[in-house]
Amino acid sequence: MQLSREALLKAYRQMKTIRTFEDRLHDEIMTGEIAGFTHLYAGQEACAVGVCEHLGPRDFIISTHRGHGHCIAKGCDVVDMMKEIYGSRDGLCKGRGGSMHIADIDVGMLGANGIVGAGAPIAVGAGISAKSEGTVSICFSGDGACNQGTTFEAMNLAVVLKLPVIFVFENNHYSEHTGVAYSVGAESMAARAAAFGMKAVQADGIDFFTVYDSMRELIAYCKAGNGPAAIELDTERYYGHFEGDPQRYRGDGELDRIRADRDCLKQFRTRVTEAQLLKGADLDAVDAEVGALIERAVAESRAAARSTPDHVIEDVYINY
Amino acid sequence: MAIRMIRDVIRDTIDDEMARDASVIMLGEDIVGGNGAPGGPEAIGGIWGTSGGLWAKYGPDRVIDTPISESAIVGAAAGAALTGKRVIAEIMFADFIGVCMDQLWNQIAKFRYMFGGKTICPVTIRMPYGGGYNAAAQHSQTIHAFVTAMPGLKVVMPSTAADTKGLLTAAIRDDDPVIFLEHKALYADKGEVPDGEYVLPFGHARQVTQGDDITLLATGMMVKFAEAAAHQLAQDGIGCDLIDLRTTSPLDEEAILDSVERTGRLLIVDEAPPRCSLATDLSALAAAKAFASLRAPIAMVTAPHSPVPFSRELEAAYLPSTDKIAAAAAKLMSYRRG
Repeated sequence: MQLSREALLKAYRQMKTIRTFEDRLHDEIMTGEIAGFTHLYAGQEACAVGVCEHLGPRDFIISTHRGHGHCIAKGCDVVDMMKEIYGSRDGLCKGRGGSMHIADIDVGMLGANGIVGAGAPIAVGAGISAKSEGTVSICFSGDGACNQGTTFEAMNLAVVLKLPVIFVFENNHYSEHTGVAYSVGAESMAARAAAFGMKAVQADGIDFFTVYDSMRELIAYCKAGNGPAAIELDTERYYGHFEGDPQRYRGDGELDRIRADRDCLKQFRTRVTEAQLLKGADLDAVDAEVGALIERAVAESRAAARSTPDHVIEDVYINY
Repeated sequence: MAIRMIRDVIRDTIDDEMARDASVIMLGEDIVGGNGAPGGPEAIGGIWGTSGGLWAKYGPDRVIDTPISESAIVGAAAGAALTGKRVIAEIMFADFIGVCMDQLWNQIAKFRYMFGGKTICPVTIRMPYGGGYNAAAQHSQTIHAFVTAMPGLKVVMPSTAADTKGLLTAAIRDDDPVIFLEHKALYADKGEVPDGEYVLPFGHARQVTQGDDITLLATGMMVKFAEAAAHQLAQDGIGCDLIDLRTTSPLDEEAILDSVERTGRLLIVDEAPPRCSLATDLSALAAAKAFASLRAPIAMVTAPHSPVPFSRELEAAYLPSTDKIAAAAAKLMSYRRG
């Protein structure tokens, strides 16, 4: 199915926003202004956007410690996200969550998560709600989380209850600092998911169109009442596990190679301009617009309100 | 008022709340039972008899039998609660909390705070707990100490049939996550239960007996033992102000401190081992806030710092009892500043 010009521009804008957000964070972290641990999503944009472009506010996603991309793709406010990462009182979570805990239930984003593998059972619970509403629940998960027992429990429960849950395994080839060839004992994550009794496919996670088309099919399959599905996306992580990771586990020239040959934004641009669906100038305009947005996000975050000690104990309970 | 067994009160209260609010769902292991088996669904109705008939009445989308997957149960409860359901989850034995601790501690307890106060997480996790069944070290424990220590969770420990109704109703309707601890040895206890809607707000202790000599604090099955001890002590002329805390989080500090200020003596009964426990927490509270009123050192009757043993004689020696409470009270009364 051919996407409209507006849909193509939106997909590109979302991917570009994630890339620019993450590249900028990589630079800003060096200044020391941002506290805590940050895990960047750059390189994997086609996965988040290829999935989330199908979703509405009552379709749910759960994310990971590497969650900025999923948050942006699902519609979290980019400026409020940046304020959150800067720790501002005006951040999306009032500066109490930070990079690893950004959530916005109103847009169906049930949270980034600092515990690897914790999201899968939560996605299954959201699948209970999704089933009653005719929507879907997406569990974004990495190749590290795929080895957690919680993921196995969740996959089995989703099959048993025939829930509309899609397990999206983004295989960026590294579980923190260890290669997938070592840590994943199965032939593939998709093969393992299939063994749980669900439809499972593998796809190139660098090509937006491949992700988008695969997901359209899986979402229709789940909404038809067939139970859960899984997709393993082959992708790349441009930065380290966390910011500051010296990445000594990488091969010689690996980062240069994946940035040159495995870049979802470059591939998207080539594809749509060669097919004359969009002009280079259209995409350049999006680049400029996104650049200005991120510039504004950083400027506003630097100036945003800070918390005071009395804010520490608010919102622990609704009432107590 | 009707006389009801506690296990039936639990079942009926869930039934009432599911009838009242279509967003209430329930999930757990064998809460239906018999699925996929020759005996068919409803062969069990919960191993504690606390969910019989609910599957037939509300259907498999609301009364959800799960595999033995505690992390998935609590995680699914979290996900359903974040997206609009009001969830009752059952963990068959509180001891199994270790399997699902991450979902409880890092997820459910923290969502509201971590996400900037913009979400609710209405989950009631029912956990049968406690000793007295010779069920040995992994099926007899208390867990209230560490769930009470977790910010973001509320913790309920009813001891009577009426309180079970009022507090379980409040738990299900609460927008915060609640750990609802049911003592296994109380399931068959009977008591009067108010008819119709009955909701007890959290953080309000129950005065069980009144007396001017000793403040006795207890929860769950310990209330029953302490009440028997209080009656025994009354015959010796020792008046016990027995307070059933009902909820350990929130805690009714006012009721505790008012009583200690009046009696000057505090005896805490706790089924848990003695270190970093509810008993030590309550004694720190009294020492910090009622120090001037104390006429004797704070006393505690607790389990020893050991796992729960199996054999009848060992478990009896392990658990606090009416006799141990009465003996500790008598000793407390005989204290003289040296």
